[in-house]
Amino acid sequence: MDRIRIIEVKESIFADNNREADRIRAELKRQKTFLLNLMSSPGSGKTTLLMRTIEALKDELRIGVMEADIDSSVDAEKIAATGVRSIQLHTGGMCHLDAGMTEQGLKELGTEDLDLVVLENVGNLVCPAEFDTGAVKNAMILSVPEGHDKPLKYPLIFTVCDVLLINKIDVLPYFDFDLDKVREYAHMRNPKLKIFPVSAKTGEGMGAWTDWLRQQVGEWNHSES
Amino acid sequence: MHELGIVFHIIKTVERVGEENQLTTVSSVTLQLGEVSGVVQAELADCWKWAVKKTELLKNAELLIEPIPAVTFCESCNTTYETVRHGRICPYCGSERTYLVQGNEINLKEIAAC
Repeated sequence: MDRIRIIEVKESIFADNNREADRIRAELKRQKTFLLNLMSSPGSGKTTLLMRTIEALKDELRIGVMEADIDSSVDAEKIAATGVRSIQLHTGGMCHLDAGMTEQGLKELGTEDLDLVVLENVGNLVCPAEFDTGAVKNAMILSVPEGHDKPLKYPLIFTVCDVLLINKIDVLPYFDFDLDKVREYAHMRNPKLKIFPVSAKTGEGMGAWTDWLRQQVGEWNHSES
Repeated sequence: MHELGIVFHIIKTVERVGEENQLTTVSSVTLQLGEVSGVVQAELADCWKWAVKKTELLKNAELLIEPIPAVTFCESCNTTYETVRHGRICPYCGSERTYLVQGNEINLKEIAAC
């Protein structure tokens, strides 16, 4: 019987994923490609907002999209109809994407000739927040019908995001949604969170969001550090 | 939570360490689990038993859990307190300017193997 020895590991089980995510970011920097991870619950308007965003930016930036869903190619088809290169990732039941899956998607999409890639994550406010996908920035959408208490109920996703888009502001008159309260609660979780109230349907507020995104892409793709 | 996903991550890490150290059999894996990590221990144990049977290196490995209590720090009065008992509001000064300093770890501490 061989002697048993203790080997210290002392690392988080997410360490492998985090290392892989850092590698993805380094490679994207080299390629001058900006990856945005877009998260939200199902039905908040991710795909519609993404289509509007593509409309606004496609003449200046070369864009690619990775759609992640448990099943179907509904979203990838909608994006493809805008003329932008897109692929559909099927998670096969997994409720989120991690760095490994994102890397596979990026290889399949082909990113050398792209300025901006958007990863539309699986519709879920819990799990995607826990896994670094290798994205440069994380954005999330909270839509008016979902309620302004969500930052209190789902703290992690609000903490890991750089941007919060409050979508469907065109229906504010029909819901008890308090914009001031949602800002207060969201900033309690994350004081640095940038908040953009928008309507992907009417286009209201989209200018401020696309300006921010354009600036972020420019900074990432053209700075040395 | 992703108990099965976590088990897969642990197995992947142990297999890597196993290769680096030329291990053939793992007898136990010690996981430090934070009190508010969200992991359900019973589910983790079930997933572990199921998943390790499919490996050569870990098929008889025991999963040992070392719990880490959750502690929150209050920025307003510079004290720490028990997270689960008191939540986000400091029980000493009532401030909301608090954050978790320990308790959401899922750390692979060590492996006993030969």
